[in-house]
Amino acid sequence: MVDKPPVLALRSVSKSFGAVQALREVSLELYAGEAHALAGENGAGKSTLVKTLSGLYRPDAGRILLDGEPVEFHGTAGAQRAGVAVIYQEPTLFPDLSVTENIFMGRQPRTRLGRIDRPAMRARAVELFGRLGVPLDPDQPARGLSIADQQLVEIAKALSRSARVLIMDEPTAALSGNEVARLFRVVKALREQGCAVLFVSHRLEEIFELCRRVTTLRDGAFVASDLIADLTPDDLVRRMVGRELEALFPKLEAVPGEVALTVHRLTREGVFTDVSFEVRKGEIVALAGLVGAGRSEVARAIFGIDRWDAGRVEVAGRRLRQASPSAAMAAGLALVPEDRRQQGLVMDLSIERNIALAGLSAVRRGALISRAAERDRARDWALRLQLKFSRLSDAVGVLSGGNQQKVVLAKWLARKPSVIIVDEPTRGIDVGTKAEVHRLLSELAAEGIAVLMISSELPEVLGMADRVLVMHEGRLVAEIPRAEATEESVMAAATGRNAA
Amino acid sequence: MPRDLVRRWEGLILLLLVAVVLWASVSVDGFANPSNVSFLLLDTTEIALMALTMTLVVVAAEIDLSVASTLGLSCAVLGWLWNAGLPIEAIMPVCLLAGALCGALNGLLVTRLGLPSLAVTIGTFALYRGLAYVILGDQAVADLPPAYTALATQTLGPIPLVTILVAVLAVVAGTVLHATGVGRSIFALGAGEEAAYFSGVRVKRIKFWLFVASGACAALASLVYTFRYASARADNGVGLELAVVAAVLLGGVSIFGGRGTLPGVLMAVLLLGVVRNALILADVANEVLNFVTGLLLVASVLAPNLGAVWRRRSSLHKASLHKEGKSVS
Repeated sequence: MVDKPPVLALRSVSKSFGAVQALREVSLELYAGEAHALAGENGAGKSTLVKTLSGLYRPDAGRILLDGEPVEFHGTAGAQRAGVAVIYQEPTLFPDLSVTENIFMGRQPRTRLGRIDRPAMRARAVELFGRLGVPLDPDQPARGLSIADQQLVEIAKALSRSARVLIMDEPTAALSGNEVARLFRVVKALREQGCAVLFVSHRLEEIFELCRRVTTLRDGAFVASDLIADLTPDDLVRRMVGRELEALFPKLEAVPGEVALTVHRLTREGVFTDVSFEVRKGEIVALAGLVGAGRSEVARAIFGIDRWDAGRVEVAGRRLRQASPSAAMAAGLALVPEDRRQQGLVMDLSIERNIALAGLSAVRRGALISRAAERDRARDWALRLQLKFSRLSDAVGVLSGGNQQKVVLAKWLARKPSVIIVDEPTRGIDVGTKAEVHRLLSELAAEGIAVLMISSELPEVLGMADRVLVMHEGRLVAEIPRAEATEESVMAAATGRNAA
Repeated sequence: MPRDLVRRWEGLILLLLVAVVLWASVSVDGFANPSNVSFLLLDTTEIALMALTMTLVVVAAEIDLSVASTLGLSCAVLGWLWNAGLPIEAIMPVCLLAGALCGALNGLLVTRLGLPSLAVTIGTFALYRGLAYVILGDQAVADLPPAYTALATQTLGPIPLVTILVAVLAVVAGTVLHATGVGRSIFALGAGEEAAYFSGVRVKRIKFWLFVASGACAALASLVYTFRYASARADNGVGLELAVVAAVLLGGVSIFGGRGTLPGVLMAVLLLGVVRNALILADVANEVLNFVTGLLLVASVLAPNLGAVWRRRSSLHKASLHKEGKSVS
């Protein structure tokens, strides 16, 4: 195995988007029969790397080698022909087709008359699940399958294409404990059958259990490629983070004041159930949980984006009207949404107009907008948040991710909210800006603003929050004070392990 | 400054307008004649009126293809009520209301049912025109009060009175779009509806009222049209929606929403009017006229995209030069 060339390798691959360099001279070697971990913080470039391997992006520089030969993937179809398959965190199957039909979509076996050979197709599906060692009903429609089962369908699909390289992009993020164990059995079976697996994960124990090698990225750059046997978990964390954590989380002491936000038995059927909590002035409360646990959905309902079916929301004791962002804003609420590009900003509009958008009445003189007031408002906040820009009239889309996030924050802070909800406030932004955002959140709390922070990054949750609320499958399952919050206690609650 | 003028689409349209006017004044007999200028302005009135609200609608990333049918329906209502013996002063508000209702139906279908306005207004395009025929059949109501028909073609010097009406409404529409919170919101929701909603913009309410305004403006155009030709017919203004959309796009409004200016659209209305008028005076066949209008429309949709590609290329080029310069220093 050692003398064979890697099945798939990257050599000094770089990729940038506008001003943002997402990958900088990254190299990676995947060997047959081996699971290889890709580690790194959010925004380290893992997704870009996956998309490059799957043919979605073309590298600006560097080469991709298949069995030692340079190749260029033209789109995902090219990568698939070369035997590379990607299993995404949340697969996209055709919900109304059966498991079998999903697996063979577009490549159905034919009879001699050219019709689809259903019995043969079904038999092959059964055989594939046999190889994976999981019994899944091939006739079941994809609608209603759990995410874990959907991933298995995707894996079966990859096998049916005789994929030799399987890329799994954070497959366990949305799985429960049992489902993770089952997925691991499948991956081990694949490994033994000679597949090369690239396993992207945040979870150290998974990497150590499953993988033989690990490649670490930080801020788009290649840090190291190691044999797992040569590393301790602490070594790996140091490679990922590359700095002392304390500096990244400048938590100020704040004395919680009166209750600013009350959420009482809030329910949206099929999404979240019976969610109750309070956030006090000066407090940072984290809402933790796995992807799909319903955290963002709760935030959206509070802010009036979606309706709720039961329960109530109060800001400073006043009950909020349903489904009205403008009413929520008038009550003093602000929401920095999860999806910056779609929800946080209008990318084609200028920096100043984006900042003014949430506070148009504040930049009005009489019936008309005052351009001077609009510009002043933007300039004040751009300075305060140390925004890097050339002109305030530039489209916000030209800024880097971190600076875009600052514009979103400026837009909301300019309204002087009493409660601010931040959903994944540092996703996809560079480490320097990350620390600035954390410091800002700390300062806001110290000024008496109530902060509700949704985050999937445990270090951020543990570093910033006064209290940690944990959601699991649409329910609030734990409330952990700062002193007792550890990776283990939060993860245990998030994966439902301590739920009764 | 001149460089900036060329760079902005509106600047290009203005230059083109000036060039065409100069060319026509010199080489087309009778073009610069004051009575022709009056006729030219008069002839663009309905298109200009409907283009005002269409600009706002398209900036909001929607479209209203039913405007000319709304105009026809309003004409039919006018003719029908006039035949029934109502005074014209009572009929005109009813027409405006009918237009607003047509717009409200479009707005409801788009905002409440979440249907694409392209599909909705293609449907109501046929619906409103059909309704116009149901109401008035193929008759032409021509015995309209002379006071009004005269007013519709009355001029002040070479400027028709209705052009002054257009100018006043243009100032209103331009102010709303470019200098009020509603205007800011229209640009924002046109360029990114979800982000606008997340910023507290009342997306559905704004869109609804834009369609209502569009319908009302079409009805206003119908009054001008009816009095100007002294004839209320169900087929009044057939095909005008294409001229309106052509003017809006040629004026630099992005068909994808979020971009455009009202002055640009007004210049495009004039440009199309001037080209048409000059070609008619030069005895060019009607088929060729339509061909030229179509050509301008295609060019107006293509050119900004080509411009964007060109700008991206040049900025990439600049960026790479910049990089090289950096590495040398």
